[in-house]
Amino acid sequence: MMINLEYNFREPRTRTFYGYEAGDAFYEALIEAHRDLDEEQSALVNARLVLLLANHVGDVDLLREAIRLAREDVTGG
Amino acid sequence: MLKTYQYPKFPFVRPAELDSPQTRHVPVIVVGAGPVGLSAAIDLAQRNIPVVVLDEDDTVSIGSRGVCYAKRALEILDRYGVGERVVQKGVSWNVGRTFFRDEEVFRFNLVPEPDHHRPGMVNLQQYYLEEYLIERARELPNIDLRWKSTVIGVTPGEDAVTVRVETPAGAYALSCDWLIAADGARSPIRRMLGLDIEGKIFMDRFLIADVVMKADFPPERWFWFDPPFHPGQSVLLHRQADDVWRIDFQLGWDADPEEEKKPERVIPRIRAMLGDDREFELEWVSVYTFQCRRMKRFNHGRVLFVGDAAHQVSPFGARGANSGIQDVDNLGWKLELVMQGKAPAALLDTYSDERTYAADENIRNSTRSTDFITPKGNVSKTFRNAVLGLARHHPFARGLVNSGRLSVPSFYVDSPLNTPDADAFAGRMVPGAPMDDAPVSAPGGGSPWLLPHFGQGFRLMIALDDAAALDAATAEGLAALRRGAIPAEPIVVAREGAAPGGIETLHDVKGRVRERYDLQPGTVYLIRPDQHVAARWRRFDPTAIEAALRRASVQGA
Ligand SMILES: Cc1cc2nc3c(=O)[nH]c(=O)nc-3n(C[C@H](O)[C@H](O)[C@H](O)COP(=O)(O)OP(=O)(O)OC[C@H]3O[C@@H](n4cnc5c(N)ncnc54)[C@H](O)[C@@H]3O)c2cc1C
Repeated sequence: MMINLEYNFREPRTRTFYGYEAGDAFYEALIEAHRDLDEEQSALVNARLVLLLANHVGDVDLLREAIRLAREDVTGG
Repeated sequence: MLKTYQYPKFPFVRPAELDSPQTRHVPVIVVGAGPVGLSAAIDLAQRNIPVVVLDEDDTVSIGSRGVCYAKRALEILDRYGVGERVVQKGVSWNVGRTFFRDEEVFRFNLVPEPDHHRPGMVNLQQYYLEEYLIERARELPNIDLRWKSTVIGVTPGEDAVTVRVETPAGAYALSCDWLIAADGARSPIRRMLGLDIEGKIFMDRFLIADVVMKADFPPERWFWFDPPFHPGQSVLLHRQADDVWRIDFQLGWDADPEEEKKPERVIPRIRAMLGDDREFELEWVSVYTFQCRRMKRFNHGRVLFVGDAAHQVSPFGARGANSGIQDVDNLGWKLELVMQGKAPAALLDTYSDERTYAADENIRNSTRSTDFITPKGNVSKTFRNAVLGLARHHPFARGLVNSGRLSVPSFYVDSPLNTPDADAFAGRMVPGAPMDDAPVSAPGGGSPWLLPHFGQGFRLMIALDDAAALDAATAEGLAALRRGAIPAEPIVVAREGAAPGGIETLHDVKGRVRERYDLQPGTVYLIRPDQHVAARWRRFDPTAIEAALRRASVQGA
């Protein structure tokens, strides 16, 4: 399986009428998850989130690909 | 004075009330002749309701404010007779470019969905919109537009509302059945009635500049995150009419507005942004802050709040005037039915229910944009920059870049006015949906678009293959519905033929109506006067239609 790089956010239980709503709702929840946390706590929340999602994805080849893409441009840039 | 625009000045006319000891009573007073108050007056006047409009000023909106008018507002403005002028004068754009630091991250081309009359949006200075609305209002004999007339007192009552009006020639009182408060964000009426508006102020300041550019410059929307010429902030560049370009610089909370407004600060900033020595002239500069808030309810007895008086959003997404015009679209027909005694005043509660729902949606979307554009705290900024970095390569991240989600109409899916579907339908024209437009041909005359055939009263849209095949029983049922206390005018949408008995017929020339409304022969839609879907069925059932009409006008069963 290839990593999906197309926009893939959706909210199955809410009827939405505009494409951006699901992605924006996710992003809002993501930022909200860090409210009132100090830096160390925030980093921990991010790490835990990555682990939870990684397990949900499961396919390690795919995760390696995601890790590679995540590192791209970050070092030396 | 602007180089490209001359502000009109409207004369103060001494009102007869100043010379009369009695307080005159009128059906409706609108306070405020901004885009929303003017739209309200036109909506009601087109329903044959006389309106007095009071405005403290004697001209249009000064300087640079609203820019972007979205499709739904344009469709409503069509009904008010000014849509075409706004579209003709306004400029359309399709290409949007997004920059992060010194690089272009991506560009998008908003190819509009085909076969809609109005584009997704046009850019036009707010003073033009107001000027066109004023000209339209002056054509309508039952609008009494009064300039230099400041409302300084309001006394709400069980049966009437009285206002005190101050003019250059003295003060007078005027009473009305219904008062529409369209007096803007600071709403003196709201304050005088001691009503709250809740929400939050964004701790940020924006510098807006209108510049006239001589040389060619593409009609695109450019948005910068953290550009080298304005580090740590955002910048938006937009084209308006008359070669005037609007630039919004985010300044941060600590900026000194007076200092920032000085041309010697503004001009180098714009020059750095344009990156060359092209010629431009500064037309207008101001600094604004904004807030997102709304009143709990928009109707308070006989006082009805619309537009900025009722709700305010951040400008990202252009949801201010656009949503105010939709308030009025929602209110007009309801107020008419209540004034005619055909519906109880409770129908006005649904104005508040539906439009507070829409206001929440607008506030939610513009807050999300604001939080993306001006991230608060390090984590938010890291995520924002991560999205922008990924957006350079990956489509999914482009979908998360939020530099404003353009105003779109609400689907009132939870409205008590809707009759829930009993039959199966595909697509998005659910009860509560704003109608989708589509091309049609009108053998009986009229617009080659679907929407202009709807919008004054309730309508029943009946789908057939051959309009001439409408059976006698249905025709009789339709005739009865047309004579009801709240009439529903039939309109047949067919591939061919003419409906019997002179029933208006449209031909679905491109099949788009069928596609967008999931029509089959026999399908019936009940459409509200504001072009939202109230109910729909797979076959004609007069009893169900009557019940849906009662429900859509809050009559008891
Ligand atoms: C920088 C900026 C950018 C914006 N961009 C957009 C955009 O792109 N698209 C969009 O849709 N919206 C935009 N808006 C919002 C838009 O300008 C407002 O939403 C719109 O003007 C609201 O219209 P209104 O008629 O409710 O109120 P207003 O336009 O504020 O009109 C209120 C009227 O009431 C009158 N008044 C006030 N008090 C009294 C009184 N006591 N007696 C009599 N008259 C009185 C005033 O004279 C005024 O004419 C923007 C706003 C700003 C500041």
